[in-house]
Amino acid sequence: METFLQVVTNGLMLGGLFAIVSVGLTLIFGIVKVINFAHGEYLMIGMYLTFLLATGLDVHPYLTVAAVAPLLFVLGALTQRFLIQPLMHARDEHVQIFATVGLSTALMNLALLVFGADIASTPASGLRTSLHIGPVRILAGQAVIFCVSIALVVGLHYYLQRTQTGRAIRAVAQNRDAAQLMGINVNWIYVLTFGIGAACVGLAASLVAPLYPTQPTSGTYFVLIAFVVVVLGGLGSIGGAFVGAMIIGLIDSLSGFYIGSDLREVAVFGVFLLILILKPSGLFGRRSLAHVSP
Amino acid sequence: MLELKAVDAGYGATTILHSVSLNVQAGESVTIIGGNGAGKTTTLRTIIGLLRPTAGTIHFEGQDISRLSAHEVVELGITLVPEGRQLFPDMTVRENLYMGAFRRDARSQAEKTLKEVLELFPRVAERLDQQAESLSGGEQQMVAIARGLMARPRLLMFDEPSLGLAPIIVEQVFSVIDSIVKTGVTVLIVEQNVHHTLNAADRGYVLENGEVVLEDAAQALLTNDHVRQAYLGI
Repeated sequence: METFLQVVTNGLMLGGLFAIVSVGLTLIFGIVKVINFAHGEYLMIGMYLTFLLATGLDVHPYLTVAAVAPLLFVLGALTQRFLIQPLMHARDEHVQIFATVGLSTALMNLALLVFGADIASTPASGLRTSLHIGPVRILAGQAVIFCVSIALVVGLHYYLQRTQTGRAIRAVAQNRDAAQLMGINVNWIYVLTFGIGAACVGLAASLVAPLYPTQPTSGTYFVLIAFVVVVLGGLGSIGGAFVGAMIIGLIDSLSGFYIGSDLREVAVFGVFLLILILKPSGLFGRRSLAHVSP
Repeated sequence: MLELKAVDAGYGATTILHSVSLNVQAGESVTIIGGNGAGKTTTLRTIIGLLRPTAGTIHFEGQDISRLSAHEVVELGITLVPEGRQLFPDMTVRENLYMGAFRRDARSQAEKTLKEVLELFPRVAERLDQQAESLSGGEQQMVAIARGLMARPRLLMFDEPSLGLAPIIVEQVFSVIDSIVKTGVTVLIVEQNVHHTLNAADRGYVLENGEVVLEDAAQALLTNDHVRQAYLGI
């Protein structure tokens, strides 16, 4: 029983990690309708920034959030304004997707050029110590990620539901032309949303960096799971991404322990495919995928 | 108040409007009538800034708005109630109405405007907390008009407000538009329902193949031979 509890707890902690990495991706997709393939590289850049600031200024890695999240906001906003927006009226919307794939490759190689292929280890700063909660043990850093992921989902939900700008963001997602007729500057909303989505992954980066090694390919490891989580939860659904992340985390952990760690991915992707066959719009997707994509 | 001078506009390489000139004076209700594909919707979309004119100018209260984006034109006081309602489907009726009051001049008075608007639409008042997409077509059209009024526009434009509605609902929509006109809001209506709209309006323009072919007082158009043959089937 205790083992089972520990395995489930590990799954939930893993889910928190997947959730915090995925939230920004689903936000950008849901509002701007762009699948950002450079999302993982945003995370990687955020992790390098955390590493540089934490070691350079000799501060706790968590404190670097104050700089990393705003910097990622700017990176996201610039991506939308100068890469995606000029392609908004392209003959084929897939051009935007290829542009983010190009950005992804460019950022990865830029990181390789600047930092080399060696691993950059952000100081763990006590975050790798185990907390004993009842019968289970959790790494301090994992517990923080789990709690912050919940706070982030709740906070974003509140922002979108209750604030004037949040409502404007939802209006743009639901009906772009009508939103313009209300007096909403749609291009500005897109820039803002891309920025917020990137800032979310910046926050994630500062929490992830002390626990995982940073290298130019760090993003690709997380982003594959992030795409699974986002599609599973229903593209554009923030709550759905959280639930999707928990499901993937639990399957990963349970199958890894009870079936065999080399079969974890088979289990994860097997369940993923099964859910998609049964419910193609994802768990919380309001419409079919064909309808969501413009 | 609003003046279009020799406006050309269209989509991509296709020009739909050819040298359209028209004007709307403050306090007037003006209608543009014409068949399917005559360019009525294109005219409204060009005025509001969803389309850019390729030639000619559009002035609103003396200011050149030809090159402005839709959100800038809306800020100046023009509101369009679009064809097909175009509500925000996943928002409640109340949220939809508040989105109408997004523009700066309207935002601070949103509460007050909402009370005034709901007096005009008792049915909408009963549906405030329902999802917009759960309403019937007629109710959605009422919400769309109410949302337009929430902007406290100086010029309110309607694109085919009766399209796709049952005849009894059409009567209701036009009686609402009538009462809006009586409150002194300047109105520009585009309609295929020529009989109703000419009765509601002071003046009318007839648009055919993207060109203004006739303009006159609404009552005069009702008795005009060409209008009677082409649009009233008499």
